[in-house]
Amino acid sequence: MKKLNIGIYLSLLLMVVGLCSCGERKSNTKVVLNEVLIENESNFQDDYGIHSAWIEIFNRSFGSTDLAGCLLKASSQPGDTATYFIPKGDVLTVIKPRQHALFWTDGEPNRGTFHTNFKLNTTADNWIGLYDSGRKLLDQIVIPAGTLQANQSYARISDAAKEWEVKGASADKYVTPSTNNRTINSHAKKEKFEEHDSNGIGLAISAMSVVFSGLLLLFILFKLVGKISVNLSRRNAMKVKGITDKKEAKEKKLGEAPSEVFAAIAMAMHEMQNDVHDVEETVLTITRVKRSYSPWSSKIYTLRENPQKK
Amino acid sequence: MGDFIDFIGNNLADFWTYTGFANATAGHFAMIFFGLLFIYLAVAKEFEPMLLIPIGFGILIGNIPFNMEAGLKVGIYEEGSVLNILYQGVTSGWYPPLIFLGIGAMTDFSALISNPKLMLIGAAAQFGIFGAYMIALAMGFDPMQAGAIGIIGGADGPTAIFLSSKLAPNLMGAIAVSAYSYMALVPVIQPPIMRLLTTKEERLIRMKPPRVVSHTEKVMFPIIGLLLTCFLVPSGLPLLGMLFFGNLLKESGVTRRLAETARGPLIDTITILLGLTVGASTQASEFLTLDSILIFTLGALSFVIATASGVIFVKLFNLILSKDNKINPLIGNAGVSAVPDSARISQVIGLEYDPSNYLLMHAMGPNVAGVIGSAVAAGILLGFLM
Repeated sequence: MKKLNIGIYLSLLLMVVGLCSCGERKSNTKVVLNEVLIENESNFQDDYGIHSAWIEIFNRSFGSTDLAGCLLKASSQPGDTATYFIPKGDVLTVIKPRQHALFWTDGEPNRGTFHTNFKLNTTADNWIGLYDSGRKLLDQIVIPAGTLQANQSYARISDAAKEWEVKGASADKYVTPSTNNRTINSHAKKEKFEEHDSNGIGLAISAMSVVFSGLLLLFILFKLVGKISVNLSRRNAMKVKGITDKKEAKEKKLGEAPSEVFAAIAMAMHEMQNDVHDVEETVLTITRVKRSYSPWSSKIYTLRENPQKK
Repeated sequence: MGDFIDFIGNNLADFWTYTGFANATAGHFAMIFFGLLFIYLAVAKEFEPMLLIPIGFGILIGNIPFNMEAGLKVGIYEEGSVLNILYQGVTSGWYPPLIFLGIGAMTDFSALISNPKLMLIGAAAQFGIFGAYMIALAMGFDPMQAGAIGIIGGADGPTAIFLSSKLAPNLMGAIAVSAYSYMALVPVIQPPIMRLLTTKEERLIRMKPPRVVSHTEKVMFPIIGLLLTCFLVPSGLPLLGMLFFGNLLKESGVTRRLAETARGPLIDTITILLGLTVGASTQASEFLTLDSILIFTLGALSFVIATASGVIFVKLFNLILSKDNKINPLIGNAGVSAVPDSARISQVIGLEYDPSNYLLMHAMGPNVAGVIGSAVAAGILLGFLM
């Protein structure tokens, strides 16, 4: 029966672990390619007032990240890969949490950190890759030829989302350089609760069930741990007392605290509660402490003397 | 000469506009009255003096009237002022986890480990949070505000501050003061509910003495507790992580100095800063609103619901427990996490009916389970509503 119990507990634990491992694996790279515009006729302008193609990178993490030393690569045919080394020493390459960086693919690197040394091809497929300073691929995307018209971008549906779509083709899908791919103009969770759970019963039930299951799991685990611990201490006590019969050990309450311990605790609490204690004589002795003079502790030496006219 | 006298007169008149007397409003005096009341309750009645003295004095500090348009940078809500800098520990939520570190380092979980079913009482008492949440929604608060208000029912000041700083920062002052006030008033709120919901026979139930808990179990508890609760509710990590870390410092037996710092100087320092700044955040101009009054009402209700649900849960639980394993429902109130006050109430009420029935050690089980439960509940609310 005991073995069965242990079996049940272990299977429960394994089930929990199993459930954990079933989750979808997510990329853990901090920065991702987020939006690309290949043919810019009248879209966003750079600081020079020129309409160039651009690549947007998004910092998906909740901490700042530095792009300095990373590589931005592009290729429109095999063996023809252009590489742009994102310069070091520019504070602007640090992207704040959940923010964007925009690189102009104008083939004019002398115009600044955010101008690459390559251009995107408007007539062929475009492969774009982002590498970290250790040459490890962080993210890549292929934009097939003919997917985009002028002033249209190829972008993730929302920042760092898995799916991509063409933006700029309709009013609700607009090009969003250096800003969120989907504008959040409402508090979705709050609205969801207001709509579906206006009296709060749903949240109360789900939250209480989580609280209960958490503490229930802890209860089950410590019930098991407790049983093992009691058995171990009983076995040790049996060894010490030289008893081999388990029934006898149980009857003698081996491994459990003796009743005297509880009696002592109860007595101590009783005394504390009722202020019951011996009346003790108290002798207060005051001894004058004499400290020998030391120049280190002398106030005179620590005071600044008044200036004297000579 | 006349010009000079005019100059002096104008200076003094100008100075007058900066004084507290010139800027005082009825609200300031009302809040000063509450501050003095808190100090009185702490000194004369010994209601949670460690909390009420800093909060009470903080209320006085926060309600000294001054010319708010002068940009003196003295008020707690003026960016860059000393009080504002100290208040950042509250607004950015790093005081509460440090308090939890200290609580962990001073809490003995033995009672809970020896009788783990008491954990469920700690879970049941969290219904106070969600009961208050529902009532707050009915009163017109939005779900995030209602969640922040509901957490008062967890009877855990640091958790209330932590959650309200995330969900409803504008209500944090009222929520924090309400949570701490009702924690101090546990000896007044809980006993009538406990008496009302229990029969004389139930109050006389004697529980089996807890078994001795081994050192290994005590070390395992914070580790397993952290892994299990935080895998389930990662949003409770700041509070639960620090709580269990503090407990491991205590129970490991090899980090005595760290444990002593955490449960001594560190928690004392943070309690002083937290209490004082929470008190000071009750500046009349920001605090005296209808919302604050509603929050105080809901806070009281949440404590009542939490206490009642703990006691009722024990009564229901007893229906399925064997005769030898019955639980005295007087420890149900301890499921709210006001440690160790609510456990002390169980003991006091228990002794009233049977002078030799000591419930304190049993009540400490649900009491510390309540700390874990309220931190888990806060994590859930954060996860659901944020």
